[in-house]
Amino acid sequence: MFLEQRARALAVHAVLIAYSALALGPILLVVMNSFKSRNAIFGSPLSPPDSSTFSLIGYAKVFRASHIVVYFENSLIVTLVSMGLVLLFGAMAAWALSEYRFRGSTAVALFLSIGIMVPIRLGSVAILNMMRTAGLNDTLTALILVYIAQGLPMAIFILSEFIQQIPMDLRDAARCDGVPETRIFFEVIAPLLRPAIATVAVFTIVPIWNDLWFPLILTSSDSTHTITLGVQQFLGQYITDWNSVLAALSMAILPVVVIYVVFSRQLIAGLTSGAVK
Amino acid sequence: MAEPVPQVVAQMPKAKLIGLLALFLGPSVVIYTAFSIYPLLATMQLSTFTGESGGGVHFVGLANFVTLLTDSLWSTPFWNALKNNMIFFAIHMAVQNPIGIALAGLLSLPGLKLKSFYRTVFFLPTMLSVVIVGFSWNLILSPLWGVAKGALTAVGLGSWFAPWLGLESTALVTLALMSVWQFVGIPMMLIYAALLNIPDELVDAARVDGLGQLRIFFHIKLPLVLPTIGLVSVLTFVGNFNAFDLIYSVKGALAGPNFASDILGTFFYRTFFGNQLQLGNPTMGAAVATVMFFIILIGVCVYLFVVQRRMRRYTF
Repeated sequence: MFLEQRARALAVHAVLIAYSALALGPILLVVMNSFKSRNAIFGSPLSPPDSSTFSLIGYAKVFRASHIVVYFENSLIVTLVSMGLVLLFGAMAAWALSEYRFRGSTAVALFLSIGIMVPIRLGSVAILNMMRTAGLNDTLTALILVYIAQGLPMAIFILSEFIQQIPMDLRDAARCDGVPETRIFFEVIAPLLRPAIATVAVFTIVPIWNDLWFPLILTSSDSTHTITLGVQQFLGQYITDWNSVLAALSMAILPVVVIYVVFSRQLIAGLTSGAVK
Repeated sequence: MAEPVPQVVAQMPKAKLIGLLALFLGPSVVIYTAFSIYPLLATMQLSTFTGESGGGVHFVGLANFVTLLTDSLWSTPFWNALKNNMIFFAIHMAVQNPIGIALAGLLSLPGLKLKSFYRTVFFLPTMLSVVIVGFSWNLILSPLWGVAKGALTAVGLGSWFAPWLGLESTALVTLALMSVWQFVGIPMMLIYAALLNIPDELVDAARVDGLGQLRIFFHIKLPLVLPTIGLVSVLTFVGNFNAFDLIYSVKGALAGPNFASDILGTFFYRTFFGNQLQLGNPTMGAAVATVMFFIILIGVCVYLFVVQRRMRRYTF
């Protein structure tokens, strides 16, 4: 009986380890080979770089031949500004929808949730027209506005669920003391939202950072490209230069992996606590 | 709704309530309406117009849709893209969801060690940009590098290797499997969460009755997480019929070879934005987007009115 259990546990781990290798292998392979010389990339793709094969030539080329630093800056600006405003506006709306129930609040909530299922991409033709008319074409502002509209529905949905679990007494006590409504939200409620905010932040950041579509449609010059579009175009141009391609890929992979490993606990807690159903 | 109005609101002067709502709901409603709902409606409206050589547009009713569905210049690529998109979705349903369910089932086994390590690793590809995933697999599968061929040779299957991404018969399936590899984390995580929410008493009762883990999974747990599987299916549907990035970064806007990997997203992009073969056509692009909207709407409605309603009966 005991042996049988051990054998079963081993079999389960064997399957899970095999799948881990499948999930990690391609990523490791790319990152590992980005630190190798061209000969070693082709000669022994599966071995890690050693003193004789180590080379940073790919990275040097990426820095020289592309505006990778600008792309990074743009992605950071767009992602952080959009995230900040999605969190702020999303929390305010979620609070209003759950606290000040009025005739029509369900209708407003439903209206705001359309965007969870219907991709904003389908409105691209009109979005491009609007941005051209407003003179915002090829600006980071255009991207930020679109990403706020894209992130809000999910943020409001998650935050509303969370706000409903906050005990009533806190805000009632504040109200008895005559604290104005705006201060109740910003000083009593907002600090309590922190756990949900981490989840919403990750859900907002990842699709924005990784998006190819809107930068492709809305930005046309190097100075407004984001990292995803910049890397995509660089890869297209230098497809035969394996050092550069692997280095560019690794540089796009690493920040995401670092952020993911740091925040994976919050992200997984958010996903598995049923915040997203 | 018939919900009672809370005291806060009932006691508040009307002007104050309107002021607060404008302050708290205003920014969200304005930005969301202006940049999400309005463009969607404006796109649908534009799909009933056609461009003039002078730059203006005039109303043509449903003519764009008739052209799209019947004029062979448009309908051939459209039906091809729709068919490919169906295959793309079918592969996700047939491969991604069963793997996701299996991994979630294994992870939720009682007493499993290294649980959080596996969870973190399995979800990692989902976090990466589709562009990165596409290019990385492109390199790995490339006959130039030979990694995939080497790996197959190592297990004695070297003769199976082919430049899958370059062949008309296999390009779409290969791309779909790359996408499955990336997104398997989503069904896994959602189903895992649902499995954790199953009350322990149910599982314990079954164990006392002498059921093994495998039978507990198939007879008790799986039926209870069916609603989540329904949700995962509709998320996959929306994601697949809106997909673009992967095909575009691996095969370009022309979704080669010979449009074998063309799906609605790439067809929409070519129509709207143009490419080496044709000029961009915003009004036809709007028509394609409108058709995509209705396809997604049908999928969501099937979920809301058929799947979810039928499944309610099995949940607590």
